[in-house]
Amino acid sequence: MSLDTLFGRPLSVINLGLDVFALELQAAAVPVVHVDWRPPAGGDPRLLALLARLEEEDET
Amino acid sequence: MPVRALVWPSFYQDSIALMRVAEALRALPGVREAAALLGTPANHELLASAGLSTADAKGAGPSDLILAVDAESDAMAAAALEAAKGLFAARREALEAAVRVLPRTLDSALSHLPDANLVAISVPGAYAKFEALRALRRGLHVFLFSDNVPLADEVELKQLAVRRRLLCMGPDCGTAYLNGVGLGFANVVPRGRIGCVAASGTGLQAVASHLAAAGEGISHGIGVGGRDLSAAVGGAMTFLALEALAADKATEVIVLISKPPAGAVVPRLEAALGAVGKPVVACSPGIRPRADGRVRWVATLEDAAEAAVATVRGVRWVRRDFSDPQAIRARLARLRPGAGRRGTGVLGLYTGGTLAHEARLLLEPLVGPVAPDLTILDLGADEFTVGRPHPMLDPEARAQRVREAGGSATVGAILLDLVLGRAAHSDPARPLASAIRDARAAAVADGRSLVVVASVVGTASDPQGLPGQVAALEAAGAEVLPSNAQAARFAALMVRPDLAASLLGEAP
Repeated sequence: MSLDTLFGRPLSVINLGLDVFALELQAAAVPVVHVDWRPPAGGDPRLLALLARLEEEDET
Repeated sequence: MPVRALVWPSFYQDSIALMRVAEALRALPGVREAAALLGTPANHELLASAGLSTADAKGAGPSDLILAVDAESDAMAAAALEAAKGLFAARREALEAAVRVLPRTLDSALSHLPDANLVAISVPGAYAKFEALRALRRGLHVFLFSDNVPLADEVELKQLAVRRRLLCMGPDCGTAYLNGVGLGFANVVPRGRIGCVAASGTGLQAVASHLAAAGEGISHGIGVGGRDLSAAVGGAMTFLALEALAADKATEVIVLISKPPAGAVVPRLEAALGAVGKPVVACSPGIRPRADGRVRWVATLEDAAEAAVATVRGVRWVRRDFSDPQAIRARLARLRPGAGRRGTGVLGLYTGGTLAHEARLLLEPLVGPVAPDLTILDLGADEFTVGRPHPMLDPEARAQRVREAGGSATVGAILLDLVLGRAAHSDPARPLASAIRDARAAAVADGRSLVVVASVVGTASDPQGLPGQVAALEAAGAEVLPSNAQAARFAALMVRPDLAASLLGEAP
């Protein structure tokens, strides 16, 4: 959804990270899904770089 | 000194959850120190320097949780570690009950919420680009709260965002408002006709709160992160946000809350502001206040809000040093030091970096640029938060500094900010008020006069409630002013009464 249509529609949020932000949005009646996030590739920087490259290739 | 540690492999918890559990453990009987950290290299160093490292803990990796406790006895340490298990389980249960589904990936979350249009990301900075790229590639706007994101990552993210006409708000974006929804650390403010583009979260909070107090509201407040106007990023998000607000029918006036732009970006920024087609109020520390066609440059956040209110109402704006000079004169008379000595220095102890910077710029020409005349500390800066939560979440570290300042003969005025809003501490005035009482009592016992000057960023609708927080500070003897700029000027008057002539237009 590009910026040209964002302002006309209600916000709907996916939250990754601090759970307090998801709870605050929910308290404000904003649709929100909180991801049970873990460091990708087990937090291994080498594996993460590899995974990022694979995703980029998928994209192009 | 029995130190015990426990490692839970692949048990990720966010930094606020870890802080709350560590706090709870420190409050248990017999516990001298406690830590709950992931096993990153930096955290291993912190554990070692705190004397909390053990052979078990040393083996933990970056996605493993380390719980470490220093207690009076082995039994007490073991009991604390057992209690920690219960605390994490209780947090998890509360979260599951509140949010119902907890998918493990962005794609799985999208299947639960197919009309999602924004991803809020507050994961550790090392992973921020990976997750934000995923979101942008799926056509989703990004609110990127994470800090410690490399500049090259920011450039890459924003270039992709601009190509796809998506917002990448951040990194290091503390606050935003979209379609009436506050994101991150946001004050509860009404919707309205003033749009903001903000390089500073607390700057946006301050402007939004001033607008709310004046009876105006925010159409949208787009955060861009503190480095957007650097040469490397080139204002990518600032320009996109200005364009979006220019086209937005609900926005009548635009406020730009900026950091000092890189020289190479200035001509493009001025051109973009001129091309907006709506009145713009631009607040950039250090830039000379002036009117430039439809663009008015102002020096403080309060001036930005006041000028925007006047512009949207079609009335003339007159800049003032104090909103109620008469009340200031009355306060000055009440606070004359009398027989008590008063130090000649101002000590600013801030939780908001932008507010600290604003105070420094206002005070340097008034009381002098260097300690002991002027010391302004941004306690949210990296050097004060290594291994500690941000002072907006954990007010204790600042409270301790306020107490210590009570013993200093050179400090005549302590200058404070207090930032309210969603996701901030639930009652930040309480620990601060207690410290203010202690500091003032210490000064009185020493035959000195010490004035504590504060301003509060917040609204009556915030969870903490502005009136109650102000009342708590005033009950402790603090002088609470309506803005950070006025508080800074008032602090100057406390140590330099001769400035009354220029600041209040009268002889001291």
